[in-house]
Amino acid sequence: MYQYDRHDQRLVDERVAQFRDQTRRFLAGELSEDEFRPLRLQNGLYIQKYAPMLRIAIPYGLLSTRQLRKLAHIGRKYDRGYGHFTTRQNIQFNWPRLEDVPDILAELASVQMHAIQTSGNCVRNITSDHFAGVAGDEIVDPRPYAELFRQWSTFHPEFAYLPRKFKIAVSGSAIDRAATLVHDIGVHAVRNEAGEVGFRVLVGGGLGRTPIIGHVIREFLPRQEILNYLDAILRIYNRFGRRDNMYKARIKILVKEMTLPVFAQHVESEWERLQGGLATVPDQEIERLASFFVPPPYEAVPGEDAGFRSAIADNRAFGNWVKRNVFPHKVPGYAVVSLSLKKTGVPPGDATSDQMDVVADLADIYSFGELRVSHEQNLIFTDVKQAELLALWGELKTLGFATPNIGLLTDIICCPGGDFCSLANAKSIPIAEAIQRRFDDLDYLYDIGDIDLNISGCMNACGHHHVGNIGVLGVDKNGQEWYQVSIGGDQGEKASLGKVIGPSFAADEMPDVVARLIDVYIERRHDDERFIDTVRRLGVEPFKERVYAAAH
Amino acid sequence: MPLLIKGRAVVEDGWMLLREAAALADVPADSPVIVPLALWQSEHDALAARGNVGVWLKPDDDPDALAGDVERLPLIAIDFPKFVDGRGYSSARLLRDKHRFAGELRAIGDVLRDQLYYLRQCGFDAFAIRVDRKAEDALGGLDDFSDNYQSTTARPVPLFRRRDTASESDTPLPTA
Ligand code: HEM
Ligand code: SF4
Repeated sequence: MYQYDRHDQRLVDERVAQFRDQTRRFLAGELSEDEFRPLRLQNGLYIQKYAPMLRIAIPYGLLSTRQLRKLAHIGRKYDRGYGHFTTRQNIQFNWPRLEDVPDILAELASVQMHAIQTSGNCVRNITSDHFAGVAGDEIVDPRPYAELFRQWSTFHPEFAYLPRKFKIAVSGSAIDRAATLVHDIGVHAVRNEAGEVGFRVLVGGGLGRTPIIGHVIREFLPRQEILNYLDAILRIYNRFGRRDNMYKARIKILVKEMTLPVFAQHVESEWERLQGGLATVPDQEIERLASFFVPPPYEAVPGEDAGFRSAIADNRAFGNWVKRNVFPHKVPGYAVVSLSLKKTGVPPGDATSDQMDVVADLADIYSFGELRVSHEQNLIFTDVKQAELLALWGELKTLGFATPNIGLLTDIICCPGGDFCSLANAKSIPIAEAIQRRFDDLDYLYDIGDIDLNISGCMNACGHHHVGNIGVLGVDKNGQEWYQVSIGGDQGEKASLGKVIGPSFAADEMPDVVARLIDVYIERRHDDERFIDTVRRLGVEPFKERVYAAAH
Repeated sequence: MPLLIKGRAVVEDGWMLLREAAALADVPADSPVIVPLALWQSEHDALAARGNVGVWLKPDDDPDALAGDVERLPLIAIDFPKFVDGRGYSSARLLRDKHRFAGELRAIGDVLRDQLYYLRQCGFDAFAIRVDRKAEDALGGLDDFSDNYQSTTARPVPLFRRRDTASESDTPLPTA
């Protein structure tokens, strides 16, 4: 992974000193609440329902075991012994004290981490494909570019006070695992006919109140021009994005109101001026960045491991786990493993400090000392030898991270909701748990197969409910918590937004509602048809009929 | 006389800022003044002839409107009604990088210590700190950072063109 040099280190150290002084001045009354708020947000610090909440960046999802141990330590020393992995490749701590935050940032800087721009109206943590570098379907490894963008966005002096937050995701595969279509900018690393690496650039996607799928603004951009192009897009957005209404301030609204062709014309003419200038990225820099992402020293293993094959045959539980939580690796004899943070009864994405320490030990033993965080709120070991999967599985079971449910109904994406978030209309974690409890029969879950169920506690959509095959949204009706259900949403390269099936439900109805949606699917599906495909084929009507016929 | 950060020093400000001037009659005859863009445009020839008139821009004023005047204007000011309104950063870069304005570029309005570093990188070289704060106390904000990754107006060569990867000093730091 990327390693800081003295320049990178100096910048994060200077940031810690800056924030320490800002916090001191705030506590001394020299900075007003309004003056301090944007400064603390740009250091990841929210003031939440019960306490401050600190959001730490895990740039494009990459974490070394040394860094994970530091997070475990922070959880233990400054918080209540756990952290929450989010859908944006960040980790949040819910109970730090404001006075301690400068010290926490200093601890992070000591392991080349930070909380820079994890919140606020600026360019946020850059996210990417959690299988980058090991996926067989990869066209280009997106990580060097993700790091290039991380550096470009960090303390960009012109874009620290944008109309609204700005999220950029990068993918290098035909299969989009980074939800690039629902980001302010989606960047796809591609090759043109000549085999040269460049980018397809998308703008104006996003979830929240007004969910929109991003539009292609440029089919092919030479790789050297990408920072000039990003500067051009951000400059147009910074100047013309709406600032009168915070609900209409995202770039997606600007693109919609201006229309894509007009917006693109502005961007292209600005880019024309910048093209070839000093921000043009020389290939040496791309090579320098790429040199940090070379493959680990894989052993030459003779393809499929025989012991592994027989263990699958002999041990049904292990076989189930392999089927759901283990993914193919481009190197023979190796596998990618997903650690499920979706055990029933534990809030999705939560891990204790003790668990983090054990995960770090395991990654040192089994996966070259590195791991990933996925936007589905799970952890990933990218480089495990097939022959060692059985042993790893045993360890993960003890740890509670071997629930064999990746991609299944109980692998729920869920925001913190009313239990923690002051913007919530309704709780979301208990709904996730009730659904997990209702679907506790593994055979049935396997029979249902691939399905995304996403829950947000309000229309801000932190839980991605719009792009869940089943989406659940907490709404407020006369001060009570209700849940609106949509179906047909999807993430990935065929991203689509779900359709609301009808009036909302009370919390205790939710497991039944989901069960009825699944019943319709089981009865009407064709062979091998996934839930989303059945919904696409049949439309919302049959599902809606069943749910409301039974309810009333 | 009000104080101003100019470059890196606190100096007395010789310019009068006319926030409301709507007609030539509102403009004092001799002293250096900064007038709104609208007045500059409506009384262009009379004001331009004086040589001691600057212009201030609102966040949504188009810097291109001054394209023909950048050579003769001694001063352009950009207003920040609220410091969280970041449009002025882009206006500044357009004036400096696109129109090659070389005179004084001054930030006015809600101008505070914690934004000075970024403002300077975008081409501002004068800062009229908000009147209830001391300019001396704000000076330190100019040096919050010693470098930046990007190509900026004040430091056009981005860090990736300045790293000396061949030298010992720019190799990655140990992580263990
Ligand atoms: C508990 C504190 C949190 C607060 C106050 C908060 C606030 C918000 C707000 C206001 C929006 C809407 C922005 C807009 O539409 O312009 C939003 C969107 C979003 N947040 Fe959060 N959030 C919180 C936690 C989280 C967590 C834990 C996650 C990940 C699990 C997350 C990930 C996202 C994502 C993915 C979006 C929607 C994507 C988009 O902006 O288009 N947030 N958040
Ligand atoms: S979706 Fe709403 S309730 Fe959930 S974390 Fe985001 S802002 Fe809070």
